[in-house]
Amino acid sequence: MIAHKTIRMTVNGTTYERSVEPRLLLSDFLRHEFGLTGTHVGCEHGICGACTIVVNGDSVRSCLMLAVQADGAAVETVEGLGTLQKLNPVQAAFQDQHALQCGFCTPGMLMTITDLIKKYPLASDAEIREGLSGNLCRCTGYEHIVKAVRALVRQPGSAP
Amino acid sequence: MTEVVTKQSAEEAALDERQTRPKNIGAKVKRTEDPRLLTGRGTYVDDRRTPDALHVAFRRSDHSHARILSIDVTAARAVPGVVAILTAKDLTEATPVHAESRMPSYYATPIRALASDKVRFVGEPVVAVVAESRYLAEDACELVEIAYDPLPVVTDPEAAVASDAALLHEEAGTNVLVQREFKRGEFETEMFAAPVRVKGRFRFHRKTPAAMENRCYLAEYDTGRDELTLHSSTQVPGIIRNALSEALGMPGHRLRVVAPDVGGGFGGKASLYPEELLVAFAARRLGRSVKWTSDRMEDLTATSHGFDEIIDAEMGLDHDGRVMALIADVIGDVGAYSIYPWTCALEPVQVVSFLPGPYRIQNYRGAVRAVATSKAPTGPYRGVGRPISTFVTERLLDMAARRIGVDAREIRLKNFIQDHEFPYRIGSGIVWDRSSFTDCLLAACKAVDYEALRRRQAEARSAGRWLGIGIASYAELTGIGSRISVAPGMPLNTGTETAKIRIDTTGGVTAAFGVASHGQGLETTLAQVVADKLGVRVEDVRIIQGDSNAVPNATGTYASRSTVLAGGAATLAARIVRGKAFKAAAHLLEASPDELVAEDGRIYVPNTNKTTTYKEVARAVYLEMGRLPPEVRGELEATSTYDPVLGTTTSSTHIAVLEVDPDTYTVRLEKFVVAEDCGKLINPLIVDGQVHGGVAQGIGAALYEEVVYDQQGQILTASLVDYVVPAAAEIPPMHVVHMETSSPAIGGYRGMGEGGTIGAPAAVANAIADALAPLDIEINELPVTPERLFRLIEAAKSRTGDEK
Repeated sequence: MIAHKTIRMTVNGTTYERSVEPRLLLSDFLRHEFGLTGTHVGCEHGICGACTIVVNGDSVRSCLMLAVQADGAAVETVEGLGTLQKLNPVQAAFQDQHALQCGFCTPGMLMTITDLIKKYPLASDAEIREGLSGNLCRCTGYEHIVKAVRALVRQPGSAP
Repeated sequence: MTEVVTKQSAEEAALDERQTRPKNIGAKVKRTEDPRLLTGRGTYVDDRRTPDALHVAFRRSDHSHARILSIDVTAARAVPGVVAILTAKDLTEATPVHAESRMPSYYATPIRALASDKVRFVGEPVVAVVAESRYLAEDACELVEIAYDPLPVVTDPEAAVASDAALLHEEAGTNVLVQREFKRGEFETEMFAAPVRVKGRFRFHRKTPAAMENRCYLAEYDTGRDELTLHSSTQVPGIIRNALSEALGMPGHRLRVVAPDVGGGFGGKASLYPEELLVAFAARRLGRSVKWTSDRMEDLTATSHGFDEIIDAEMGLDHDGRVMALIADVIGDVGAYSIYPWTCALEPVQVVSFLPGPYRIQNYRGAVRAVATSKAPTGPYRGVGRPISTFVTERLLDMAARRIGVDAREIRLKNFIQDHEFPYRIGSGIVWDRSSFTDCLLAACKAVDYEALRRRQAEARSAGRWLGIGIASYAELTGIGSRISVAPGMPLNTGTETAKIRIDTTGGVTAAFGVASHGQGLETTLAQVVADKLGVRVEDVRIIQGDSNAVPNATGTYASRSTVLAGGAATLAARIVRGKAFKAAAHLLEASPDELVAEDGRIYVPNTNKTTTYKEVARAVYLEMGRLPPEVRGELEATSTYDPVLGTTTSSTHIAVLEVDPDTYTVRLEKFVVAEDCGKLINPLIVDGQVHGGVAQGIGAALYEEVVYDQQGQILTASLVDYVVPAAAEIPPMHVVHMETSSPAIGGYRGMGEGGTIGAPAAVANAIADALAPLDIEINELPVTPERLFRLIEAAKSRTGDEK
């Protein structure tokens, strides 16, 4: 076994220090070390986007990063959005528009959209679809997800 | 009540109307599942934290067909953290499971946790390494040494039929695991007499369900009680429980299968898998909890594939475009094993069962052979057989329409079974009840403004553009009752569903069912039904499902059955519970039960101040001594089992509008319209979502998705880079129109979980053929990749070149 390495990471606002195997995936680190199982692992090769989280302000695939690569980073996961009692605007839009079915791709979608709406105007459906194209959903056919994003960007001040 | 209920009387339905003020059925109720799933608090199997659980990694076959000569696990066993390594030799006490069928000439292949003696497809599990973590198990797996003696691969289903072909299962004596033929009318003479005959060889390539959650199994074992709970990402917990009982020789009351949140299934999680058997077996053998989480490569190589048929079909018509006869021969490539419990007959036989579709085609012959090949087993995939039957019949109709010179819409209108002809038995013996065949087509045409679209197409054509409009109509049998097997010849009843509704001492309502939601939102839709029928609020109802312990026969969710069967059972049970509560309430209110109305949890006599609540009634029944006489203090509980006997007919027309890029040969879908009749809608949001998702999978099947094996039987599409699941940019805007013709089922519901995938491939294929009509190109092979289109177009151009 290779020597462990100590890393510091801020996860949803709290800073942790942990000793990890260098080969440990960031997705597994979040799920197993902190029980943040909202980050789902769908393909482990960077295509499906289910494991998308936000690292230092950018959406990334947590299955394509090692935990040690996130040493010193600020990480946001779906658990850092709204709560069961008070969904944040992105989550609420998803519920209002029925933009989720099985829910497995949903956390990755939410984190991608959280990043997208901060950075892009998403003025047309084509732009929204392009923005979502790194996240696969097998249930919804995307229609209601596009509708949820459209509702979000048209609603002033809705960005979380 | 002990009997199974097959229908309700008009008086009973009227009683519900009188005694409740329904406000949820038909409403866009927000899903109760959503808050947990949106906040990352869902619990999929892999999310479950079981202390000290061991992890399994499988060493899988890298041969298509080979004899196992030896397995050396010495080096793997020495890896720190490895607890056990299992091969078929360690599993001799586990009984193989067989998918039984009543069909003559059928061979049920034995299903084992690990390959013994032979491997029959790339990806078949051979060795299970059990270790303290998944990382360590995978490390050790690499060190397992397996020596194989390669046998002839069996990859071409047509070659596999030959008498000298290598046999996958020697005991079967053939690779044809089952064959079937449906015949009706004078198909030969009518075909011969038909002035217009169109035919083709159609190829629908293999797909895979590719649910976003890979399969995951966790067996928790209580050594003291010899009790095992399998947490499984399955659609069919009760069916898996039955299989485990057989394989492990354990009675069902010490076995429980729980499907918690499940990340999509689409049929891929509706069968028993070797990995489920292994995990359960290993847990019991080792006295520890054991878990396996599939990776995506394992999912793409070893989860059941779908479809994969070659169809030679011919249609004969009169000069007006009325179909006189339809004849088809189908070869289904079913892969290496006959999947449990559905059998390998399910998918290919369903193709010939549904080829006549919603049309008056009385002269019909459909023959099918299910052929074993050294590929992953096929199983149910959304639509099962009908995406293929619809593709073939709808293509033939369009080919005929073009030959005769009638419009694609007109030829369908001429051939639809008419409203006065229901119930109608089609050539394969399937019976349609009244459903909006004609109205769906008209509504879909109206929604796209068909005439305007044809005018636009004419303009586009004269400008040299390839714009196409594709129509596909179909009917499907849903909510199937006990009269018909969901899978042909399967001796397993899936035609009943049970609801157990109870009100506890606090007034809480719990309703348990045998279904297993994996994205359909059944926790919401069934709560809507229970709430309306009891007269409580949706949030007052807790739905239990996805658990073999929920009801004695919890078969699960598949075959577009859950709303029809569970909705009916919920209606029956809720009526009985309401009746019991009304008797108690009548005492409390000094009224007659007949005067009472239940609404939002209140029970009252209208236009009086006599009012109480379910909560108050529950308290009086269970907790308050002496408040009620013994005859009304029975438990506020009922169990009802519903059987719709034949099932219901769902119908639909899909219209695709698209354009083919003349430079890249890519297909750009502009819009997609669905008009469908699923009877009474319970939750329109959820129904739309189901249709959208199904259509997207159908578009994937038509344009992008294909499982490819090479001639050595190696799978070339073992990642999501190679197996292309469409993303948002590939899917067009969709519009869904609903017809609500009431069905014969209780509540008037029809099943609708699969339909999107049934119509879309045919609509897209017809639209591409329509776009390329100036080149006289037929689309007979799906998916239509740019490469296939390039070849077709090049061939057509050289053909016209030759003619000139």
